[in-house]
Amino acid sequence: MLAFRSSASLKLSQAAFTRRGLATAAPTAAFAGKKGPNGKYTVTLIPGDGIGPEISESVKAIYTAAKVPIQWEEVSVTPILKDGKTVIPDDAIASVKKNTVALKGPLATPIGKGHVSLNLTLRRTFNLFANVRPCASIKGFKTPYDDVNTVLIRENTEGEYSGIEHEVVDGVVQSIKLITWEASERVARYAFNYAKDNGRDRVTAVHKANIMKMSDGLFLSACRQVSKDFPDIRYDEDLLDRVCLKVTTDPRPYNDRVMVMPNLYGDILSDMCAGLIGGLGLTPSGNIGKDASIFEAVHGSAPDIAGKGLANPTALLLSSMMMLRHMNLYDYAAKIENAALTTIAEGKAITGDLGGKASTKEYTDAIIKKLA
Amino acid sequence: MQRPSLLPIRGLPLLNAYGPVKYGGVYTVTLIPGDGVGAEITDSVKEIFEHVNAPIEWEQYNVSGLTSAGESLFQQAMDSMKRNRVGLKGILFTPIEAASHNSWNVAMRQQLDIYASVVLCKSLRGVPTRHSNVDFAIIRENTEGEYSGLEHQSFPGVVESLKVSTRAKAERISRFAFDFALKNGRKKVTCVHKANIMKLGDGLFLRTFREVAEEYKSSGIEFNDMIVDNTSMQLVAKPTQFDVMVMPNLYGAIVSNIGAALVGGPGIVPGCNIGREYALFEPGARHVANDIMGTNKANPAAMILSATMMLRHLGLDGIADSIATATYDVINSGSVKTADMGGNATTTDFTAAVIKNL
Repeated sequence: MLAFRSSASLKLSQAAFTRRGLATAAPTAAFAGKKGPNGKYTVTLIPGDGIGPEISESVKAIYTAAKVPIQWEEVSVTPILKDGKTVIPDDAIASVKKNTVALKGPLATPIGKGHVSLNLTLRRTFNLFANVRPCASIKGFKTPYDDVNTVLIRENTEGEYSGIEHEVVDGVVQSIKLITWEASERVARYAFNYAKDNGRDRVTAVHKANIMKMSDGLFLSACRQVSKDFPDIRYDEDLLDRVCLKVTTDPRPYNDRVMVMPNLYGDILSDMCAGLIGGLGLTPSGNIGKDASIFEAVHGSAPDIAGKGLANPTALLLSSMMMLRHMNLYDYAAKIENAALTTIAEGKAITGDLGGKASTKEYTDAIIKKLA
Repeated sequence: MQRPSLLPIRGLPLLNAYGPVKYGGVYTVTLIPGDGVGAEITDSVKEIFEHVNAPIEWEQYNVSGLTSAGESLFQQAMDSMKRNRVGLKGILFTPIEAASHNSWNVAMRQQLDIYASVVLCKSLRGVPTRHSNVDFAIIRENTEGEYSGLEHQSFPGVVESLKVSTRAKAERISRFAFDFALKNGRKKVTCVHKANIMKLGDGLFLRTFREVAEEYKSSGIEFNDMIVDNTSMQLVAKPTQFDVMVMPNLYGAIVSNIGAALVGGPGIVPGCNIGREYALFEPGARHVANDIMGTNKANPAAMILSATMMLRHLGLDGIADSIATATYDVINSGSVKTADMGGNATTTDFTAAVIKNL
């Protein structure tokens, strides 16, 4: 029996949404692109700022050498002024929309007021609802942690990043964390599908529902609901505090699973996991959306070394491996990934950030040599 | 032998008009063992205090947060806290079901306005970890932010949770952090935030921190700020760059757990919650540890060290120092290691070893 309290109505409404959620549940944002007449898929390439063009060249060279059936359509997302507002150029949006897949280098954050965050704009424009962040230890680059192999999926559209804030009276601010059943269900479903497709047999929802009982509680009930559709995948829940403690103590128990969580927790934990393996220069990222998916390097644009041929293209290259797998081009992904990781493990042609002396080109050439 | 203070928690707000309750030279202290391993590790404290004849009389309340049935006992414990003004506490379990009671841990912090949580993360010789020379203090705002408890469902399937940030609370926690740095010989205060996204809320926190920092400029204490995601990454990669860190509530939960993991786990990280009128001492990483409850496996060090912070707070520095020294000696000698330290000693073994070292 449900006690007649406010929580009862919450449960009932969740039940209503559950039914609707099931009825309308799209499978995840699976890739549906078609090859062109030349036998190649077209992918939008956004080289980005700073070191972006150099590392994009590196990826292009490796793809050419590996004969990946992809042709690039390069666009710039440098904002233009339109009706007094800074916006992303139309042809960039049109290109991503048409190709449904894009690879993106780092973007410099424009300084000053009035700029919309480009990443946020891209996220909104293409409804990029899930951010996928795998972190795997790279052989040849020693950190205090070995054998890390985590996968974290972050809700990307709402939560603490809703942008709804106001100052009630002077010195008192309310920031609204927005959690909806729809977005929670969507990201949970993607997480379970990802686990299934990538040979992970467990999904862990990370939450703080002991404190935020309604909002994180809603997120959890969506996850529980989705878990019923995946009987082969184990589902459990863990508190954010405990996950921080456990992953930092020993990340290895997380190698068998996919973690899924609301926006802010995902933002923090994904960078924490990146820290375990050596930072953002080695971690790929993919943003999965309904209308398109964008794979990107999440590190900065490093203006201090831009144009010097010293940048490490690994994060962008690994992100493009995620892209290839998203496009079901598994063999190419495995081949290139293997070549890149072997090159790093050998340590002969690695870039300065990894403790080597090689230029971007020498590193790229070393990978290409391994492809043959 | 000159021993550097291992518990660098000096200069907590002085107890004056709101002093602790003392009759015949004995302080009355509220004791809430809490759920999980709480009973075992507070027993350890009681035993040690008994051995050194600490002038402490406990008012013990075995509150449990597992069900809401303990509500009235919890209220009694709160009344006791208000009378005694000083308490020692384990962690109370908080259920996650929508209809369940709100966190009593949070309720205590909010109702008693014990606004500053202090957590000390310091590498210890006897505890093998991946990082060495970690030594930072986390000052966490304890009473607002994401823990406001204000949530509502505006439409079926749409929930809003309010994070409340105020200038007054940002200011007093920032001041607390700088005062703490000054009095404990620390060099740098880092403000952890997410003001790039929560421009108003965390923006207010960051701005206020910077204003307060200006006032401490002449003291020579450095200050900087860091976005919380980057902070988490830096913590697991280069933790020695941090000294004193100050942050809103939720980030404190994250950072204190990462910090605890860096130095060896929640079993050795002490903490306290300090306000103008009340002080409540509890382990720094707040875990119930139901999984090892009743197995005599828990490491009581965090609770013992938190209790020595309490003794200092009461001005009983002599006893505090001897217990803290004995505890650190046991940890550093590596002779008695509980499971979390890689050994198989029991809670009672550890307690006995501390007593032997006194």
